[in-house]
Amino acid sequence: MSVAVGTDDLTAWLRRFAEVVHERRDELTALDAAIGDADHGSNMDRGMAAVVAVLDDAPPADPAGLLKKTGATLVSKVGGASGPLYGTFFLRMAGAAGDGDLDDAAVARAVRAGLEGVVARGKAEPGDKTMVDALGPACDALDAAVGAGKPLADALAAAAEAAVQGRDATVPMVARKGRASYLGERSAGHMDPGATSVTLLVEAAAATLGRP
Amino acid sequence: MKKLINDPADVVSDALRGMALAHPELRVDHENRVVFRGDAPVRGKVGIVSGGGSGHEPMHGGFVGRGMLDAACAGEVFTSPVPDQMQAATAGVDGGAGVLHIVKNYTGDIMNFEMAAELVAAESGIEVATVVVDDDVAVTDSLYTAGRRGVGTTVLLEKIVGAAAEEGRPLAEVADLAKRVDDAGRSMGMALTSCTVPAAGTPTFELADDEMEIGIGIHGEPGRRRVKVAPAREVAEMLIEPILSDRMFTDGVICFVNGMGGTPLIELYVVYAEVAAILERSGIRIARSLVGPYMTSLEMAGCSVTLLQADDELLRLWDAPVVTPGLRWGA
Repeated sequence: MSVAVGTDDLTAWLRRFAEVVHERRDELTALDAAIGDADHGSNMDRGMAAVVAVLDDAPPADPAGLLKKTGATLVSKVGGASGPLYGTFFLRMAGAAGDGDLDDAAVARAVRAGLEGVVARGKAEPGDKTMVDALGPACDALDAAVGAGKPLADALAAAAEAAVQGRDATVPMVARKGRASYLGERSAGHMDPGATSVTLLVEAAAATLGRP
Repeated sequence: MKKLINDPADVVSDALRGMALAHPELRVDHENRVVFRGDAPVRGKVGIVSGGGSGHEPMHGGFVGRGMLDAACAGEVFTSPVPDQMQAATAGVDGGAGVLHIVKNYTGDIMNFEMAAELVAAESGIEVATVVVDDDVAVTDSLYTAGRRGVGTTVLLEKIVGAAAEEGRPLAEVADLAKRVDDAGRSMGMALTSCTVPAAGTPTFELADDEMEIGIGIHGEPGRRRVKVAPAREVAEMLIEPILSDRMFTDGVICFVNGMGGTPLIELYVVYAEVAAILERSGIRIARSLVGPYMTSLEMAGCSVTLLQADDELLRLWDAPVVTPGLRWGA
């Protein structure tokens, strides 16, 4: 049966993501240094620290408000490419969240809307070696599992598994978007930093949401 | 990491504090990290806003002043500013004639300026036009890349377009001129050493003592290829050749030899002499020149060469008075 996701659950998810990003900040920055400009870890860490501070200060009353605040904070604090992309992800999730707590189908719908926002903003397609290569498969896995009536925790575990596979699949890809694309063939052989951080986001969801 | 900083997290705000103190003729909005002309907004004049990651000083904040930019947004080091900053800059420079955003072609800069323009359109009546600078011939311009990076031409464009705005020309004309300047400029850069982003603490890439990177970006993005260090005359060839094969240059160009931050002026003049010799052999006359560190990449050693096809109008605007911390003449 469906476990409703409320503001406490979403807050736990975002806190968890903030913690993991902080722990793995140097790793994310090192991945970015290899094919980009060496700021992904510090940018995401700064942004998520700001999100946590906002949630501490003035916790929004409903899930849509919380997701909107998260997106707006990331847009305002992060900069670079990850600010607009992660910001848009949460803003679009907020737009699709509706009123009140989210049931399993609403979670899947919101994540799908977030992905669509990322694609619209960044204009990346699957195989371009971007966060879409991890988030896309995660979203598909989530939809399929929720559609098949699996409990949300299991569906998110499947999504996290798909994200990991998608992330790993970015290693041999030649980048066609973002700064890594300047390298052409030389971008192959490196894991994409955005696909890596978004996998952490999905894993954080699997670790925190859908638990009774 | 050995740097003259207090805390890596405070580099940008500390530098802006220093800039405000050193240049009282500018107004610095520390909260939004925007450098304004002291007299902004100028009534009836198109406002010129640029911005980008920090670490490229004097670009962009050092180009704020009469005859150039009205405001510049400073992002974190090598990280695009955020839409709130561009929104504040746009509101602060709008003198009723609209605002031009000058954006270097990087994914982050494009998306943040795009979001800012959407917010400005939704929340105010200010007319905004955007020009994207994409002049780096090191990058293949194709569907398979993010397009060419915005590099050296940006400095020349900000000067020329700033002069046109100062003359009171309307937004559509200023924006057209900006696109024309972007089309007329090509650049290529190289690095002798890497640079260290303060927040990262270690060099962005490694270069052996006897190696250099040809086609480097201004954020330490690796370039086209890595080769053994060569004499300046050969380096000049490696930079000029791809520029001349990419665009037809005829009589009268603006030639800009830019330092990446860690290269002394004496070496930039050595390079300039070689570049001038190649251009002379190619039958291309240099009408104006600019030599110095104007678009840097922290402490990276290296240089870039920019050629801009000029005409009488562009030269007149280039010669017009400019009063900024970074460029100053004719005033």
